[in-house]
Amino acid sequence: MSGRRLLAMAGGVTVLAVALTRLVDNQYYYFAGYVILQYVVLATAWNILGGYAGYVNFGSAGFFALGAYTAAVLIKAVGAPLPVLVIAAGVVSGLLGLSIGALTLRLRGVFFAIATLALAVVLQTLIVNWEYVGGSRGLYTIRPARVLFFGNYVEFLFVVMVVLAVAALTIAWRIEHSWVGRGLAAIRDNEEAAECMGVPTLRLKLLAATVSGALMGVAGAPFPYYITYMEPASTFNLDYAVNSLAMPMIGGTTTWVGPLVGAVLLGSAQQIATVTISSALNLLIVGMLLVVFVIVAPDGLVGLVRRRRSRG
Amino acid sequence: MFSVDLLLDALVAGILLGGFYAAVSLGITLAFGLLDVVNIAHPAFVILGSYATYVVNSRFGLDPIVAGVAFMPAFFLLGVAVYRVYHTCFERRGDESLRGLVFFFGIIFIIEVALLLQYGVDYRSVHAAYVGETVQVGPIGIALRLGIPCAVALALTLGLHLFLGRTFYGRAVRAVAQDALALRLMGANPVRIKDLAFGLAIATASLAGALLIMIGPVEPSIGREYIGRVFAIAVLGGMGSIGGTLVAALILGVLESLTSTFYGPSWALAVSFGILLLVLALRPAGLFGR
Repeated sequence: MSGRRLLAMAGGVTVLAVALTRLVDNQYYYFAGYVILQYVVLATAWNILGGYAGYVNFGSAGFFALGAYTAAVLIKAVGAPLPVLVIAAGVVSGLLGLSIGALTLRLRGVFFAIATLALAVVLQTLIVNWEYVGGSRGLYTIRPARVLFFGNYVEFLFVVMVVLAVAALTIAWRIEHSWVGRGLAAIRDNEEAAECMGVPTLRLKLLAATVSGALMGVAGAPFPYYITYMEPASTFNLDYAVNSLAMPMIGGTTTWVGPLVGAVLLGSAQQIATVTISSALNLLIVGMLLVVFVIVAPDGLVGLVRRRRSRG
Repeated sequence: MFSVDLLLDALVAGILLGGFYAAVSLGITLAFGLLDVVNIAHPAFVILGSYATYVVNSRFGLDPIVAGVAFMPAFFLLGVAVYRVYHTCFERRGDESLRGLVFFFGIIFIIEVALLLQYGVDYRSVHAAYVGETVQVGPIGIALRLGIPCAVALALTLGLHLFLGRTFYGRAVRAVAQDALALRLMGANPVRIKDLAFGLAIATASLAGALLIMIGPVEPSIGREYIGRVFAIAVLGGMGSIGGTLVAALILGVLESLTSTFYGPSWALAVSFGILLLVLALRPAGLFGR
């Protein structure tokens, strides 16, 4: 797949999404679709550092929430428009990503994972104690009354998320099919060997951590408008951390397809389970699927399909 | 605002709290420090212990500490079973670091949600005659709600310390930690010894859970707060040192208590995770690193 065809595909998906908003009237589908697409972005972002480079990030919720709160602050302070929010959230979370990238200098494997978890909790404590954004009481964000071209704001947010998901997948695809992706794979397999072979490991890790963090922040940018009432406990919810790690694990971590497949399957299953059964049960399902998959299919669904195909 | 009495009270509360933290962290020191099994689900097992205690306490009125001890054999077997799965599925295949971590992450969710579905999100607590009492020692009052858990925790810590240092099996556990290959060459099976050690680690969670629910009410997701604490303590204590764990737990308890007295409880959690981050970034070997 060449760069131009990729771009055409990305454009096609976006146009399709816009066309969809003309056809489907039921608002629920946009609410549900937004959540699933948000997970596509988060899972893809997690996979850039976790899947390609092998550094497990338990703090996805922190990056997501940082993006969301950056947006909330900008809305409250200057009433910034959505594109500005997305960029600002990306920059702030990207900087946090850069700093955890620097942590990889000293920490590997388990210690790195624990450090990211700790980082998310420290961030949450800071937000809880920050009065401007409402502390633990949370804050309300009022959606703009009208939006150009779209019938209502949720449809608009849905399309925004489609664009973000497409952008995230494009970035992941570009990384995977360049020397950066091969370098990251070398780090994942054996960091010392990669270093000895002249792979600029630190630069690549910093890049992967920054891009991964920035994309998670971007996923959080439209969140204040989507949820309209935001408080720390739900914005820093561990569900985000689990899902953004479980989805690539279940889909397959070595390609950009894995997180997409995992997020769409698991995300839809959760949406259906929340409506039909209960929201607590859907987390139980995720936990069990995660354990089963990590035991039975360590390479995820993509790995399973590949193995079957190569067997003929 | 500042007064000597307040400071003294905060210090005493911190030391008592720290003793209890040691009990919660022992399992991590055993599993993570000595066996290299990253059991991030340990706090979830502690919560499971709390609920086990809650059930027998509310139904039969059994003393929480007795209940916690009574459940230890069952938790030991549970630990052995979990380790067996972990060993066959991850350790033997050689990809324990990433996937093993994810495995335990999944276990947290299974335990938490199972408890949630069974008992709901309400806070649960236990009843015992002595829980509300306070003992005066000179100028300071010691709430038995904190004092008894601390004493039991110290006994558990001492017991484990003696076990690892004095008994045959205890030394075998430390031998696995030092060099599993050499142990294999001596004709011993490291996996059997790890069974024992991991079972013990989970068994301590039963008693720690009983202590937790004595100190305060418990709900299923409370364990998440402890993930940072126990790892901060295990890392700060130098990974695998029982004495180091106790000292680190006391330090953390006192710091948290001081923070929550003088700055407010909402900052207390940041202390443990902040310390964890600092230790990891500056001195990964901890204070008493081997």
